[in-house]
Amino acid sequence: MALSREQMAQRVAQELRDGFYVNLGIGIPTLVANYVPEGMDVMLQSENGLLGMGAFPTEETLDADMINAGKQTVTAVAGASIFSSAESFAMIRGGHVDLTVLGAFEVDVNGNIASWMIPNKLVKGMGGAMDLVAGADNIIVTMTHASKSGESKLLSNCSLPLTGKGCIKKVLTDLAWLEIENGCFVLKERAPGVSIDEIKEKTAGELIVPDYVPEMTFA
Amino acid sequence: MAGFDKVVVSYEEAMSGLEDGMTIIAGGFGLCGIPENLIAEIKRRQTKGLTVVSNNCGVDGFGLGILLEDKQIKKMIASYVGENALFEQQLLNGELEVDLTPQGTLAEKMRAGGAGIPAFYTATGVGTPVAEGKETRCFHDREYLLEESIIGDFAIVKGWKADRFGNVIYRHTAQNFNPLAATAGKITVVEVEEIVEVGELEPSQIHTPGIYVDRVIQGSFEKRIEKVTVRS
Repeated sequence: MALSREQMAQRVAQELRDGFYVNLGIGIPTLVANYVPEGMDVMLQSENGLLGMGAFPTEETLDADMINAGKQTVTAVAGASIFSSAESFAMIRGGHVDLTVLGAFEVDVNGNIASWMIPNKLVKGMGGAMDLVAGADNIIVTMTHASKSGESKLLSNCSLPLTGKGCIKKVLTDLAWLEIENGCFVLKERAPGVSIDEIKEKTAGELIVPDYVPEMTFA
Repeated sequence: MAGFDKVVVSYEEAMSGLEDGMTIIAGGFGLCGIPENLIAEIKRRQTKGLTVVSNNCGVDGFGLGILLEDKQIKKMIASYVGENALFEQQLLNGELEVDLTPQGTLAEKMRAGGAGIPAFYTATGVGTPVAEGKETRCFHDREYLLEESIIGDFAIVKGWKADRFGNVIYRHTAQNFNPLAATAGKITVVEVEEIVEVGELEPSQIHTPGIYVDRVIQGSFEKRIEKVTVRS
């Protein structure tokens, strides 16, 4: 069975480490915050200028001056800091964020990522995505393995305009955990019950399948 | 006005000198921390042919979005413009030019502009459409783009508290692009919720020192929330 959005978030959460500063993109990455392991301290960075993003507020504590990068109202945790957009991107570009998780339309075997623009449809803008992928060393891309019509999103060459070049090393799809090494996707784990054949069939870029590919485990 | 007193009492005076074709740098992220009354004054003036530099362009009917209603904006420099149907329509009709700029690059363009740095190198955007037509250079085996900084004829800024000398403090995440915009205007206008007496603000807590600020005005704010999200 392909992973649900919640299971994808759970799998990404297994990559968190105590003391990590983490930037979570919109969509599935946001859900990762719900699965921070018990007893682990992680601080969430929101690129509009908040380090230490907390839960959504209550009706009583709602504040127009406290939002996240998705423009949702949020709270700050104890120990949070708030700063300008230049400071925020100094952290991001300077490589101070330990883990960045974001969605994508396509990823290719060279670590290129396309996530912001589909030509001839409305172009909304890249927001902070280009800075995040250029600045972070440890990035996890989360996306479905194939489009609704069955087209692979793991390609030899991205077909859409890029967000970043050669910057992606880890991809979690609804079918598999893959890492990009030497111009190939390497299958590291598969979703419970998903066959290697299905993953092969839905991966357009060159795929290396080791002798043993464990199934993901969830607590 | 005398000495360092930057306070003005009318929005008309606050935006005095604004002319057609000028470049305006605006603070704010989404609708958070936007100089909503200064924007309304620009609409009242019907100034045309503006280049506006801001992370977003408001929404239909609020924030910078209201300047689209009478086609006052010629060119928008922003990182994300997804919340605005009128924007989309004018863009598709060719009535509006847009220069999509990565958010961190946009922030740095303002910061550098205000700091007298004409351009800077960044890895952001290398190998993407953002790099088209830009110089690149390698440092430490990595490729970087040369990005030019931005200076505005006006910078419009929303603060929380200011003193009469134009020292400004921002509230929570309404800070965002505001302190950067404040440095990068030939004329910087700050509207705040409260003007306090000189000496009331703790000097070490000031976000924008008054040297960057030309005019300060106290306003009242709607502070519309784009996405009200509460926990159940």
